[in-house]
Amino acid sequence: MLGEGIIKGMVVTATNFFGSYVSAERLVTVQYPEERLPPQENARNFPFLVYDGDDPDRGLRCVACKICEKECPPQCIYIVLERDEKGKPQKRPRIFDLDISVCMSCQICVEVCPFDAVKMDTEYELSDFDRFKSLLLNKQRLAKSNTYYRKIHPAEAEEVDARLADQVAKAEAKRKATAMAAATAVKPAPAAQPALSQ
Amino acid sequence: MINTVTEHAGGAASSAGNLPGVATEPNFAITPKISGDGSREGELLEISMGPHHPSTHGVFRMDVVLEGERIVKLKPVFGYLHRNHEKIAEGISYLGSMPYTDRLDYFCSLTNNWAYALSVEKLAGLQPPERAEYLRVITAELTRLINHTCLIGFLVQDMGALGTPLMYAFREREKILDLFEALTGARMMCNYMRFGGCRVDLPPGWLEQARRVVDNYPRFLDEYESLLTENEILVARTQGVGVLPARLAINAGVTGPMLRASGVDYDIRKVDRYGIYDRFDFRVPLGAHGDVYDRYMVRVLEMRESVKILQQAIRGLPDGPIMDAKAKLRNFRPKAGEAYGRIECPKGELGFYLISDGSPNPYRYRVRPPSFINLTILEDMCLGQKVADVVIILGSVDIVLGEVDR
Repeated sequence: MLGEGIIKGMVVTATNFFGSYVSAERLVTVQYPEERLPPQENARNFPFLVYDGDDPDRGLRCVACKICEKECPPQCIYIVLERDEKGKPQKRPRIFDLDISVCMSCQICVEVCPFDAVKMDTEYELSDFDRFKSLLLNKQRLAKSNTYYRKIHPAEAEEVDARLADQVAKAEAKRKATAMAAATAVKPAPAAQPALSQ
Repeated sequence: MINTVTEHAGGAASSAGNLPGVATEPNFAITPKISGDGSREGELLEISMGPHHPSTHGVFRMDVVLEGERIVKLKPVFGYLHRNHEKIAEGISYLGSMPYTDRLDYFCSLTNNWAYALSVEKLAGLQPPERAEYLRVITAELTRLINHTCLIGFLVQDMGALGTPLMYAFREREKILDLFEALTGARMMCNYMRFGGCRVDLPPGWLEQARRVVDNYPRFLDEYESLLTENEILVARTQGVGVLPARLAINAGVTGPMLRASGVDYDIRKVDRYGIYDRFDFRVPLGAHGDVYDRYMVRVLEMRESVKILQQAIRGLPDGPIMDAKAKLRNFRPKAGEAYGRIECPKGELGFYLISDGSPNPYRYRVRPPSFINLTILEDMCLGQKVADVVIILGSVDIVLGEVDR
């Protein structure tokens, strides 16, 4: 019969229309500013810098090795190494700028960072009128505490903390061992000196 | 015949030399068609469809010459979204190109990732572990579901069904995008695969959620089909429209659902058996007429086969590592050589051709995009059709301009 297909289709639209009042499967819209979807553990948006402790300047994990700057596909990271008055490198960034209007949220900086210093944020309400004031992030605005990181990515942060604690423990053990070796090696004859310097 | 028309159109434009902008390219000029004995036969209208038109699926222009309502000549004009993808990739590391491949066909980022990862793995001799292969199949088939569902929505919207089927498609797509977000962190630009495996393992509870979505999908497809498949308007608008003969399709290098709708049994999942596709039991649906309706139907049936593959893959997912132990992220320098990796992405054959000279970035990087090559056949399908059918034929080709222009 001509028109049968159309009537069948209308039954479908009617089912969906009335179904949307009773079934959550059929009404999936979220009224955004009032309602929000629960955050996803793995969600990523833009990178930030993690710092340990309370002081964002001292506790910054970043050592300005510039690996992320080199690997970043759209080249949105700019790092300048901190140096003291004599020009000796200080293992922390003087400038760390990240232009999130260029960043494409690919997470490659996070993956290549050997110090777990860069992680992905989940904040998404970042729209603004002024690109350079609000979207070009400097070191102060990028630095966020480890507590915040633990809050947004709990499982991942736990893993990272365990790994870092392990590294610290190993470094500590190694330092103690070398100190012990030095303490015992310095005492005897000067013949042991060249071996120590290696 | 067409040639004489254009020649004459040019002549008419130059004789009307005082009209601005028509001297070189006679766009928008109404030109009379004059037969050999000098009598007028009618008028041709040259119009420019797009680049900003809702039916062109992006910034894409068609220069169409009409005789009344019929198409006499059609020229696709693309390049508006060209962004130097291949040249950029030659300047950055192999890993750095991976997020850019997401942006080729932004509907199916995971299949793009897979094609690129596959060709780099061929180049470097990496072998992803079992679990990673399964994850790749699961994510790729979910991508196929998204692409085909939404394509049908867009196709019907091009016919004038404003919104309803597309909204149902997007509702289902949302459930799969939630899965992608939970797994990869991003909804569309997933950047999930790596050379020699996948980036992260499944979060807890993901597989159950995926199983629920996949098991409910056939029910949605039934509903979708009862809305569309037998609808008289859809049948009248699509059957016998935009016929692509098998011979022409093969000669033009058309791949994917378009080729199969013309009745050619060619699916790279079956031909190449890349990844682990030889382990799954699925069939390749074929069309008989090669018209728009067959292309629609082939996609619906393909989704049902995808659901079958997904159910098998979710059932058979093994435990184990997800990265090849030999793979490394930084200082990745494959030895000199060349490789071509191709997969059956939802739109057709997506291939990446790479030449390495041993340096950290590829010497040559070439994409073989399916929708670009499928689009070249547009004129042959449109000739003699009505102008309203052009929109549907273009919709059935399934293009994404990010991939066409690169």
